[in-house]
Amino acid sequence: MAVRDDVVNTIAAFSLFADLTGPQLEEVAHLFDESFFGQGERILRQGVTGSGFYIILEGTAGIRVDNVDRSVLKAGDYFGEISCLLGEVPVSDIVAETPLRCLVLPATQLEGFLTKHPRIMYRLLQGEARKLKNTTKWLS
Amino acid sequence: MGSGPGGLQLSYSLSRLGIDHAVISDDPAPGGMFRRWPVFQRMLSWTKPFTGVERHERAYERFDWNSLLADEASNRAVMPALMDGTSYFPSRPEMQKGLETFAERTGIRVRFGCRWESTKVIPSPARGGGQGGGQDFVLTTSDGEYRAPVVVFAVGVAQPYRPPIPGLDQVPHYGDFRPVETYKDKRIFIVGKQNSGFEIATGLLPWARQLVLASPSPTKLSVNTHTLVGVRARYVQPYEDAALAGGVVILDTTIEEVKKDGAGYLVRTRNAAGEELSVPADDVIAATGFVTPLRDLPELGVKTFGQSRLPAQTPFWESATMQGLFFAGTVTQGAAGLKKHGIPSNSGAVQGYRYNARVLARHLAETKFGIPATRERLDAAALLPYLLEQVSRGPELWHQRAYLARVINLDRDTGITNEGIVPLQSFLDSAGGDAVAATLESNGQGNPYPVFYVRKDGSVAEHPLAPHPLLDFTGRDYQDELRARLEPVLSRAASPA
Repeated sequence: MAVRDDVVNTIAAFSLFADLTGPQLEEVAHLFDESFFGQGERILRQGVTGSGFYIILEGTAGIRVDNVDRSVLKAGDYFGEISCLLGEVPVSDIVAETPLRCLVLPATQLEGFLTKHPRIMYRLLQGEARKLKNTTKWLS
Repeated sequence: MGSGPGGLQLSYSLSRLGIDHAVISDDPAPGGMFRRWPVFQRMLSWTKPFTGVERHERAYERFDWNSLLADEASNRAVMPALMDGTSYFPSRPEMQKGLETFAERTGIRVRFGCRWESTKVIPSPARGGGQGGGQDFVLTTSDGEYRAPVVVFAVGVAQPYRPPIPGLDQVPHYGDFRPVETYKDKRIFIVGKQNSGFEIATGLLPWARQLVLASPSPTKLSVNTHTLVGVRARYVQPYEDAALAGGVVILDTTIEEVKKDGAGYLVRTRNAAGEELSVPADDVIAATGFVTPLRDLPELGVKTFGQSRLPAQTPFWESATMQGLFFAGTVTQGAAGLKKHGIPSNSGAVQGYRYNARVLARHLAETKFGIPATRERLDAAALLPYLLEQVSRGPELWHQRAYLARVINLDRDTGITNEGIVPLQSFLDSAGGDAVAATLESNGQGNPYPVFYVRKDGSVAEHPLAPHPLLDFTGRDYQDELRARLEPVLSRAASPA
């Protein structure tokens, strides 16, 4: 579903796109589709193939592993990148805790998207580093 | 609400289930948007006349994207009999005639010329000695008020839309396209690079002096995506013209402004590198799509999303934010389903949403009107051939891949029963007993392949089978693999206690 006009302004405030100019934001926004999920709806399903890379525009989502809630995601956060990058099924469910509006890119397009936009790739790597740091802290 | 293919299909399916309903429409006759569009008067969806399958058989629906569905053989495959044989894409008048013929033959009753004006929700009265406590919808129309516990909007995605680009509101929209000869020897700038933009460009190739098409993102082609996403092959001639530097220009740019310039226009564009380019044109056409005409429904609480302002929906096409309010027809693309591998459903097109309407009718019958569906019993020995036949020739699965599924219950107490066609998302996200859901899927890279989702003790496992070069999944290899996949649940269901 093509994105609504307000998406460019919304994503301009997200850290993932902090380095982009206006025309670049416009181009990037139109590469994504827009999706909406009702409260309680699953977006990613643990163990089911064919997922994508999602960026939250509005609302919150829960990360659920083996039916146990683990963490909450909010506007500007993204999910699904691990299964896209590794070509594997998601290791958790992502469930809409409120009505949830997202941008989505199919897994098959993520590599081309990131290599074409190295600044977004760098910002995504920073995000992954933060996740790794938090996980390490939690484990220790 | 609505008398396009979505409204007609739903009315037919509700009638077959014995559900009393009214259909109202602002139009004077059946057909919906096909009474006007496409502007060049030919459909994008095909109906193949020769397929090796009898036209009254269910399997023929896979090759006929335009006829509505009927249970009785005499009302099936209306379209091929009406087409003149010059193309396997029906003309717009042939499509309109097909819809009118279906409505007439099946006795669908519509109150035409009845304009829906506003909507409200009120507490429902007690019915049949009950306490009430639910809600009713009241639609105010040009012919008075209609009141019902369930309303279904099949209103199309038919309201012309222009993005907020300075000056774009001053130019004609796709829907305002003039007679083609008035564009003779002119420089035409088309804003938008989807099917409507390329349809106009294709029609103008023999007329226009220059054609420029522009939008921010590169064009996708359906032959590359292996889906209906992207510009269809019928309309790629301007793309080839541009690729061979024949005079058509295709730009990946934002449109910053459209300014009047003498008798024509000056269109200011900017690409992702920030470079500006101003393009003079005699005519500018906004091929920028359509939105859903929902009137006051958003104020009532119906949430919308995306450029087309589609209502957000549950897997059974109920508003995600307003209970009792459903959708049919092309609006049902707002229930996206799993979109596996990024591939959407075909709910935007007749060949997809005609099945949604049939599933919705049954869902309404069971959940709102207490009319249970018949679930036929299946013999264990017949199950494997039946499932493989469905993934090889079942039209619902071919047209709605990874979206609709054939579900078989494998119950330890009651044995094997056919649940029918169900939204795949609903099967995956609902609790239930042992069962299997059969569907077809694509990953955008090759032929479709069958996938079986097996639910055992509350957990679902996904089992994709290999694609087949001739798209026939009934052979021994498929039987052996499916038997192995189903064995854990089938052995327990085959001998009910």
